[in-house]
Order: sequence, then structure tokens, then C-alpha cells
Amino acid sequence: MKFKKLLAGTGIALALATGAFAQDKTTVGFVYVGPVGDGGWTYEHDKGRQAVEAHFGDAVETVFVESVPEGPDAERVITQMVLQGADLIFTTSFGYMDATINVAERFPDVKFEHATGYKTADNVAIYNARFYEGRAIQGHIAGQMTESNIVGYIGSYPIPEVIQGINSAFIHAREVNPDVEFRVVWAYTWFDPAKEAEAATVLIEQGADVILQHTDSTAPQAAAQAAGNVVTFGQASDMSEFAPFPRVSSIIDDWAPYYIARTQAVIDGTWESTDTWDGIPEGMVSIGEITEAVPAEVKASAEAMIAAIRAGEYHPFTGPLTRQDGSVWLADGEVASDGDLLGMNFYVEGLTGDIPQ
Amino acid sequence: MIRLEKRTAPSRFWTYAAPLLAVVLTMVCGALVFAALGNDPFVTIRTIFWDPLFSEFSWYYRPQLLIKAAPLVLIAIGLSFGFRAGVWNIGAEGQYILGAICGAAVGLAFYPTESPFIFPLMVMAGALGGWAWAMIPGVLRVRFGTNEILVSLMLVYVAQNLLASMALGALRNPDASGFPGSRNLARYPSATSWINEGAGLHWGVVFALIAVIFAYITLSRHIFGFHVRLSGQSPRAARFAGVNPGLLVLICMGISGTLAGLAGLFEVAGPSGLISIDFNAGYGFTAIIVAFLGRLHPVGILLAAGLMALTYIGGEIAQSNLRLPAAAIQVLQGMLLFFLLAVDVLTHYRIRLTARGVA
Repeated sequence: MKFKKLLAGTGIALALATGAFAQDKTTVGFVYVGPVGDGGWTYEHDKGRQAVEAHFGDAVETVFVESVPEGPDAERVITQMVLQGADLIFTTSFGYMDATINVAERFPDVKFEHATGYKTADNVAIYNARFYEGRAIQGHIAGQMTESNIVGYIGSYPIPEVIQGINSAFIHAREVNPDVEFRVVWAYTWFDPAKEAEAATVLIEQGADVILQHTDSTAPQAAAQAAGNVVTFGQASDMSEFAPFPRVSSIIDDWAPYYIARTQAVIDGTWESTDTWDGIPEGMVSIGEITEAVPAEVKASAEAMIAAIRAGEYHPFTGPLTRQDGSVWLADGEVASDGDLLGMNFYVEGLTGDIPQ
Repeated sequence: MIRLEKRTAPSRFWTYAAPLLAVVLTMVCGALVFAALGNDPFVTIRTIFWDPLFSEFSWYYRPQLLIKAAPLVLIAIGLSFGFRAGVWNIGAEGQYILGAICGAAVGLAFYPTESPFIFPLMVMAGALGGWAWAMIPGVLRVRFGTNEILVSLMLVYVAQNLLASMALGALRNPDASGFPGSRNLARYPSATSWINEGAGLHWGVVFALIAVIFAYITLSRHIFGFHVRLSGQSPRAARFAGVNPGLLVLICMGISGTLAGLAGLFEVAGPSGLISIDFNAGYGFTAIIVAFLGRLHPVGILLAAGLMALTYIGGEIAQSNLRLPAAAIQVLQGMLLFFLLAVDVLTHYRIRLTARGVA
């Protein structure tokens, strides 16, 4: 342990020594789970990075590493960024949580921001977007667009963030269509176009004519396009190249304002470890254009729902809501607490199948 | 015209020169690819092959090379026995996963008791897990004549699903409020495989070196090594020499499974720390390249694993320093195997220039 501390100490000294050359320049690092050209999740984070570069010009330098596996390799990639002189590092996938915490412990002078996780430290902040707000809109449209009454859902990993999305979409699809059913396929990946396409094809073969995805690539969109009469929604990014059909709308993550604000905080020396969870009202989540493939009255009611969420008048998880096992979750008019949502590990009533345990 | 003529015996010179030539060709073609991508080819090659060893931050990268190379050496040494004997275990990745699951399960069962006996028990469980998983294709081949390539490969997918279910269910950290993944074994003093984290030293590194020595002695000095080599070269002659082919298959599968299982256990109790859905990072498949690049020779494997580790670590440096796309590194690693197989022709064939038009 002593030796380790010594090494870490030399590391900091070296990092500081090299940092001294570029004192006026702040270096911001980004660790991505997929390639920057995935057209979805990583693509949007990289747009955020580019926005940081554009906003600060020569005052800030950004570095990134793409397609970093969510295992032991992540820790090395993050450390390597610190050694390169990064002052602020965004690790943009859930699986980087322990790696981020470990590296942060060794380099207390560097700031870290971990997306979608739950572990914080003095120099580790967390941030996430309320994707479930967008899912409510998707469910609302999907429930009315489906003719087979079967909606396919490509889940990535059965973690609370993804389960929130399934529940939110299902609640709002059922609200407008009592006969609708959801089929969930777990892909166990964030980005794997082949697996994602396969999952979409399986769902379509089971009769699904609407596909929702919580994975990062555009492969499910392409599979739906090939099938012809299947509706999809862009995920994490607009995916407008598949509009107006099959992609009829989308959830867009907009990280740019957050990344710019946090970089500014580091420059100003006001950075603090925070826990950010923003949604449609703050602009971190926005809904892509609802195309003409959606009937006008459906589009109008969807837009009304967006407006209500933006104004803070409507919460997608408002009681009465019952769990799948029949127990009461939220009483009439009660709104889900953030704590409940962050640890969500159950389906709501009406969803079939089990969450893999 | 260029003609290939089969050599009566493989060339001794090219047996050793082929891997080196393959590395040089990979560097040259890699440099061309990097240049085409708009990077300075010399700087890129230096970043990948030189910087991890000798740059200003090599104090951090050298230990990382050990961490990355150790599982590759362990698995590749195990595979080399089978590959020499014509037993094709392609599923080391699955055996690696099972070793990690079994070893971690034993460790987690004792949490939070502290005792010096926990880690040795985990090692045994890890070895046993990998061994048992390898025995499935082994026994199926011996008893029913199934193809061990297919069965062992398919079992990788079974193992991955088992891993996911463990991370989500039985081994899930009860304090993680619904999030998948086990407790962090690296933070559990009695269960961690770290000897010195800063120096990159964990028990897997020690075992990898022991495995190299053990394999070297067995293959060159022991009758079992002779039987293994004989079975690969001439199964018929091996039978006359008194080799029981079924038993040999089981022993070879057993050795590779055990070592892969050990590699998994050391990884999960150290560098990885926890059983998660994406715990496996492809070491079991990369080790196949390492085994062949190292000429199935223990010392060769040691060097080849070091080289592979270098391309991984250097590749990451090139990615963040030079903005080289991740795919370019994968192309480089793929080229290595491609050129090795291509250059291997020289080991077995002689190139003859002959007059044109002779029919």
C-alpha cells in the first residue's frame, strides 16, 4: 500500500509538472463506451465535447477515447487521461463507475464526472438525464400507432434507468390503448449493431409493429425499415436519417450545456461534487420532431404532454400505479420519489415477463 | 513465375524468423494505414510500441503491461498443449468466465470474514470451475466423437449468459440498490489477488511465470510432452508409442481449462474486482493469437503476450493522444495474425523462381 501511495504521489507530481507547461489551458477528457459514429448515445456525448471546444476555443483542449470496454480496461484509460494532464474527465457509461471512483481516489486534484451512476466522492460528480420523461411521449404515440397491439422493446441491461423507461413507456401506451402488450428483449450491450438488429428482427417476427430501443446504434431502425411497416423512435440522438418513417419521433440527449457549465466551473475554480438529474424542463432531454406519419390528433396530444412535463405540471409516474405483483406502488395523485426511481427494479402492473435476476 | 514448393521438413530458420517478419510487416502496413488516416506514421508506431515502455509515464504503463499480459500468458500456455496435440479448445473465454464465477462465489460466500485460507480456496474453486467447463467438450469428444471446436465455442455463449445471470442475481451486491454487479473483491483483503497494485503485481502474474516454466519443462523434458508432440505430428505413431488418445484429449482440455479458469479468478479478484455483465474482455480469444504468435512455445508465448499487451496499452495511448480511432488498433492486431499465417507459408514451403510458360 505504501508503495502504491508513493507511485500515485509521483504520478501527481509528474502530472502537475507537465500541466505547468500548459497552465492557461484546461484539458477535458471524455471516455466513450461506443464509437463516436454510433449515431446515438456516444455520438451525442461527442457533440457535447465539440460544443465545449467551440465554446471555449483555445482556452480548452479536449481528448477522448472511444469504444472503451466497461471492465478493467476502463481504469487504465481514465488514468492515462489524467497522466496526459486532464483537469476534468467525463466517463459516459454506467459500467465505468468503479473505475472512475478508483482513479479519482488516486488523483484528488482532478475532477471526475460519471454519467448514470450512483457513487460519488469529493472529486466525483454524477449526472444523468430523465429519459423516462421522453419514454412517456414514446409510449403515448406507440400505443396509438400499433395495429397488432404488440410493442417490442430492446432493453440493454436490466438496471433501474432502463426499467424506468420500460415502465414509463408502458404506462402511457396502456393509458391510450388498454389492449397493448410489451415484449422485452435484453441485448446485454449498449452498442452492438449485429445484436441490436437481431433483437429487432426477433421482435418483429413476434408481431411487434412498434420498436422501442434502449441501445445506442441505428441498427434497429434499419431492421424496421427493411421490414417495411414497423414504427421506431430515435434513441439518445435524433436519428433523423430514418424519418419520416420508420422513425416517427425521438428522444435527444443534449449534454452540451452541462458540459460547458462544468468546464466553466473548473476554470473558475468553483467546481463541486454534485448530483444532477435533469430532464425535459431543463433541456437535457428533448423530443425530436414528430413526423407526418403520426396522425395529427396523436401528435397534438403528445405535444400537450411534452408541454405539461416541461412546465412541471405532469410527472410520468403519477399514481394510482400498481406493481406487477399486484401491490400498490403509488396512491392516487401521488408522485414517485427520485429515490424510488433510482432503485427501480420492478415492472408495473400489466407488463408480462420477469426482469432478469 | 513464382512457385511454392513444399519443404520436406519445416525450415528451422523461418520457424523463428516468421513471427519477427510478421511483426515487422504489421508495423509497416500499420504505418501505411495510420498515414492514410492522416496521422504521422512514425509518431504513431512509436506511441504504440515504444511509449508504454520508455516514455515519461512508463512507470505507470509497465505495470499495466504485466496486468494485461498475465491472463494472456496463462490461457495461451494452456491452449498450447492442446494445439500441439491437435486438440482445438476454442472456448477458453468460457472457461475463463467460469473460473471467475466459481472463484468469486467462494470469496463472496465468506464475506466479510477475514482469513488466510479464503484466497487459496478461491484459487482452487477457480481452477476447478475452468477445468469442469473444459471437461464438457472433452468428454463429449471422447465419448461421442463430437467436434470440440464447436462445443467449446458454443459453451462460451452459455458462459456469458451464466455470467449475466450471476451479476444480476446470485452474486449481486446486496448493497447496490438494484444495480447489477457483485461486491468488489479487490477491496476485500482476504480475497484479493493483488500483491502490489502499484507495481502491477498480482498472483496471476506469479502463476503465469510458473506456468511458463512448468510448460517448458513438461514439453521438452517429460514423456508427456513427447506424447503431446507426437500426437499432433502423427496420431498413428502416437498410438504405437502407447498413447491413449482419449486420455490425452481429456488431459489437454483439462490443462487449458484449469489455466483459463485460474486466469479468470486472478482477474476477477484483482484488476477487474467484481463479477459484472461485461467482465470478460476477450482474453480467451486473444490468447489463441498469442499461442500461435508464440509458436506454441512457452517462451515464445511469453514474448507474444508481451507484444499483444503492448498493442493494447500503446493503442489506448495513441487513441487519446493522437486521436487514432479504436478500429485502427483492432486492424493492427488483426494484421498481426494475418501476416503471421501468411508468412508461415515460408516455414513449410520454399519459394522457387521458374521460367515462364513451362507447362
